Amino acid sequence: MNRHRVWRVGANIDTDALAPGAYMKQDLSVLAAHTLESRYPGLAAQLAPGDVLVAGPGFGIGSSREQAVGVLVQLGVKAVIAPTFSGLYFRNAFNLGLLAIVCPQAESIPEGSHIEIDTRRSRLHVYDAKATDGSIDAVDSYACQAIPPFLVEMAAAGGLLPQLQRKLATARQA
Amino acid sequence: MAPQTLAQKLIARACGRQHVAVDEIVTCAVDLAMFHDSSGPRRLKPMLEKIGAQIWDKSKVVLVMDHYVPEEDDDSRKILKIARDWAAEQQLPNVYDSIGICHVVLPQQGHLRPGMFCVGGDSHSPTGGAFGAYMFGIGSTEMLGVVVTGEIWVKTPPTTAMDWSGRLPAGVTAKDMMLHMIGQYGTNGANYGAVEYTGEAVKALSMQERMTLSNMSAEMGAQVGLIAPDQTTIDYLKSVGVQADVDLEHWRTDEDARREVRSFDAAALSPMVAAPHSPDNVHAVDALHGTPVQLAYIGACTGAKLADLRAAASVLKGQRIDPHVQLMVAPATLRDQQDAEADGTLQILQDAGAQLFATSCGACSGYGNALKGAANVVSTTARNFRGRMGSADTQVYLASPYTVAASALTGHITDPRIALAEAKP
Repeated sequence: MNRHRVWRVGANIDTDALAPGAYMKQDLSVLAAHTLESRYPGLAAQLAPGDVLVAGPGFGIGSSREQAVGVLVQLGVKAVIAPTFSGLYFRNAFNLGLLAIVCPQAESIPEGSHIEIDTRRSRLHVYDAKATDGSIDAVDSYACQAIPPFLVEMAAAGGLLPQLQRKLATARQA
Repeated sequence: MAPQTLAQKLIARACGRQHVAVDEIVTCAVDLAMFHDSSGPRRLKPMLEKIGAQIWDKSKVVLVMDHYVPEEDDDSRKILKIARDWAAEQQLPNVYDSIGICHVVLPQQGHLRPGMFCVGGDSHSPTGGAFGAYMFGIGSTEMLGVVVTGEIWVKTPPTTAMDWSGRLPAGVTAKDMMLHMIGQYGTNGANYGAVEYTGEAVKALSMQERMTLSNMSAEMGAQVGLIAPDQTTIDYLKSVGVQADVDLEHWRTDEDARREVRSFDAAALSPMVAAPHSPDNVHAVDALHGTPVQLAYIGACTGAKLADLRAAASVLKGQRIDPHVQLMVAPATLRDQQDAEADGTLQILQDAGAQLFATSCGACSGYGNALKGAANVVSTTARNFRGRMGSADTQVYLASPYTVAASALTGHITDPRIALAEAKP
């Protein structure tokens, strides 16, 4: 199982913070460089592919603009883990291939730690920052809300678009 | 059969069943899919082409150009050109270009009826719930799924009934009711459940006021904000040319259906204001009295319908705004603007010193960067997240059109009930 570096952000991260309106006319790559800058200046530049955001409650409140998910996908973020999400953001996340994981104890996960995400058993394993090689036991393990299998599949496929594309291609061949 | 909430009945109908249980995940047939210039063609067209798919039913699609109009730069012109070209190429039958904001245009053009199951490419889509339709917002990729298949999954939500007894006092509106509820339960307090507004105070509201309740259900994190249809609904539908045979007995929550009920007293409510930078940072107007404002904004689907313009005019009649305040008015739709023109409302606003802006989303979405430089703004819109209206330095206070108008008169946040009492002839 892959380990992911944790970046902690606060509660009620809204879609205007994730995808600022002033850059909504620009391409996703431009928008992504400005993600979260009103709340966490410099964070976007530090996010590396495979990293995860661990947030307080109410992640993604606000607009339906799925660019608020797209910017994180663009930066290679693998998952967002929070005690609660905006329902609209939760749907958008899976539609674009980002895991949105509801974990009541998300805020116990320390900044800079590394985690493994077990979607099948609905658990998160937290490792100390130095233990990136898998040689040390998890320091903590938390239950997360079970994700319906069709959403896990959708995220694994890279989102709804590739899934639809495959479905249509299969239908045409039949 | 087990008793059901209105939300359950609407979902059951859309998935072809008699009954659905809370938490059950079902696939629903979509009666109407609405999107705008920002969430629609510019995102959907390339995706449709990529997967080689067609629109499932053009008669069920509504396109509204409201976010980037009027076009203020080349990027906006490009986005609008894509929308217009695509609408023409697809021969879409329901296109409303620059005549108003989608959530208000939709019912005014007769597209909503009780019992429908609808999706919108915009977070304020729960506005449709005011008509007893199950309507919620989705992102563009999910909209693509709907546009191709005509279907969408939904997890049947639990219902919270917000039950308002009594009658609202003069100068207190649906906006104040909503701010009060959001202040109590938080920006994600409804946790994607269904909220249903009930009680004497809700029944007494006009359709446009009911739309304000349903609209801001988004700010409470609800999937839908429903109001059971009644004679007021039917009268509105008739006024926009819809002859609907509405089963009022069916489209309401069964007496014994399981739901959480929260009770409020409308008669005891004061004008409310949400301070920066969250719609749940809510205080009674008195607590913020005296906060200076340089800009007063009456706009958006939330706060610039005809009823909102009239409310502002009742405060501003025969008066001039404070010389240090700019009052911007952007009516929600062209029809509302014309009606406000016909009944003198617009003249009152302009005589008081208001500047008139286009019937579009304007500064509310912040896409036009319209409020750059303004320090304190008092606004009838729905959101005041940092940076929302264009500039991260702007402090936005959300309030009713009465309160915004009263604050424009004095140059600071002001209880409109005082101004209204003085305005009486």
